[in-house]
Amino acid sequence: MNNFTVEAIELTRVYGGREAVSNVSFTLSKGEVLGFLGPNGAGKSTTMKMLTGNLAPSHGSVKICGIDMIENPKEAKALIGYLPEMRPLYKELTVDEYLIMAARLHRVSAKHIKSAVETAKERCGLGHMSKRLIENLSNGYQQRVGIAQAIIHRPMVVILDEPTVGLDPIQIRDIRALIREVGGEHSVIISTHILPEVEMVCDHVQIIDKGKLVFNGAIDVLKKQRIGNKLLISMHNPPAADAMLSIAGVTEAESLPGGLIRVRFAENATPAEAIVQAAVQQGWGLYQIAPDQTSLEDVFMQLTYQEQVAEEQPAA
Amino acid sequence: MIINVARKELKSVFASPMGWVILSLLMFAFGTQYLNGVNDYFAVMSGAMRPAERTGVTQFVGQSVYGLASFIMLFAVPLLSMRLIAEERRSQTLPFLFSAPISLTEIVVGKFLGLVGFLSILIIFIAAMLSTLNIWSDIDFGFIVANSVGLLLMVASFSALGLYFSSLTQQPVVAAILTFVALFALMMLDRFFAGDPSNILASLSLTRHFQTFSGGLIDTADIAYFILFTVTFLTLTVRRLDADRLRG
Repeated sequence: MNNFTVEAIELTRVYGGREAVSNVSFTLSKGEVLGFLGPNGAGKSTTMKMLTGNLAPSHGSVKICGIDMIENPKEAKALIGYLPEMRPLYKELTVDEYLIMAARLHRVSAKHIKSAVETAKERCGLGHMSKRLIENLSNGYQQRVGIAQAIIHRPMVVILDEPTVGLDPIQIRDIRALIREVGGEHSVIISTHILPEVEMVCDHVQIIDKGKLVFNGAIDVLKKQRIGNKLLISMHNPPAADAMLSIAGVTEAESLPGGLIRVRFAENATPAEAIVQAAVQQGWGLYQIAPDQTSLEDVFMQLTYQEQVAEEQPAA
Repeated sequence: MIINVARKELKSVFASPMGWVILSLLMFAFGTQYLNGVNDYFAVMSGAMRPAERTGVTQFVGQSVYGLASFIMLFAVPLLSMRLIAEERRSQTLPFLFSAPISLTEIVVGKFLGLVGFLSILIIFIAAMLSTLNIWSDIDFGFIVANSVGLLLMVASFSALGLYFSSLTQQPVVAAILTFVALFALMMLDRFFAGDPSNILASLSLTRHFQTFSGGLIDTADIAYFILFTVTFLTLTVRRLDADRLRG
């Protein structure tokens, strides 16, 4: 057997003739954090519901550690911890009562329930909230209870649907740290539309748009694509773009409105100094020069709005 | 696993004062009826001179208490069963159960047993209350057992029907109204066919099958009816939830 924790094979889900998710295949290995990106309505949540057995796929199959979700749902579900987009919390219970119930339902043996609850609370920073009613907790703490519920039985795969939505920046940071920590021993799949988050916590990224997987690869690939070999130069008296091309190392120059020139240079070349010298000598009125980073948003836009571009991307 | 789901249901009933309030109010109603029954017994029996007019105290008091109980359950069960699935659907907590390693049947049966477990507290209390008559009289325990079994089976049927209607909607109130109307119709069915007791539809009536129990008779045909009724609606509930998973 291979050691994939999650295998999605040609998952397709049809809602009334429209394919909400079509032909999504991917695998995830132990200890990896997979980020699921996509605009609203792209099919992220639908895919996650199928992975966790909450929704039956129209075609295709899901295997969790080699166990088929459709044939052996109980065994497969025992290996998954899932936090849906809407937190499934029973608000009339206290944190302890809720977590004990979650542990029982996930077949934690009676002997270990207490320690499982304690560990989960500790990892999610809920120690001092044990006796509080979930209803009275703040949004962020409720989210932590949701995560605690998903990791209480030490599942092989943790699936979190938009875990940082609606939280304050400090809580978001805590939860990201928690996801990283959980990712150390379990496989984690998170969905989000906050792009920097993906860069911070994920090893792998998948971008899904209109139900189709448009990018699937390591985060490094995305990062490289993002930083690139580009400089953005601002000048009071910009020369023609051709003048830039004469500088050693510059391969491409593009004039932008407002006295800006974007310069692309060859790999391993450092033309910044030469550009500054040329600017001083020829009186271009240089006042700013900086590496030009395509924001992750731009990459995302490129991928989701021009699918033909996406197909040319290196897939890892 | 079924037990764990049932425990969860009981926990959420007793997590708020609701569960306790319902239990105490219902017991208050049954207690009052019991007290009235005992008083009436003396009033009626002191006037009944001939032996043929006399009935036992168990039957006299028991019939009035169990009669009221079956009537009150007609209102209480829809109100308790309405939230079982509809409420979870509305607050989106169903994925919690669906993604746990338990089958749909276990979820449905667990929820059903949770509710029946709660209601059987009442049935036990009623039986215990009537048994106190034994302190100064010699009562017929068989009558109490038959009535308790009958009430339990009837409450189980009510709960199964309520659970099914609860799985159809997101609005607990809608579920309660539907359940009540359906139960009321089933209870009244034999009234409509009073002139023609052999009609097949009349034998679907819940009241008719409860009547043998309330007379102190445990008839396997009636037990079979209640069990079939319960199993049918539990199966329908499982299928309804399965349709959620398949159709989304």
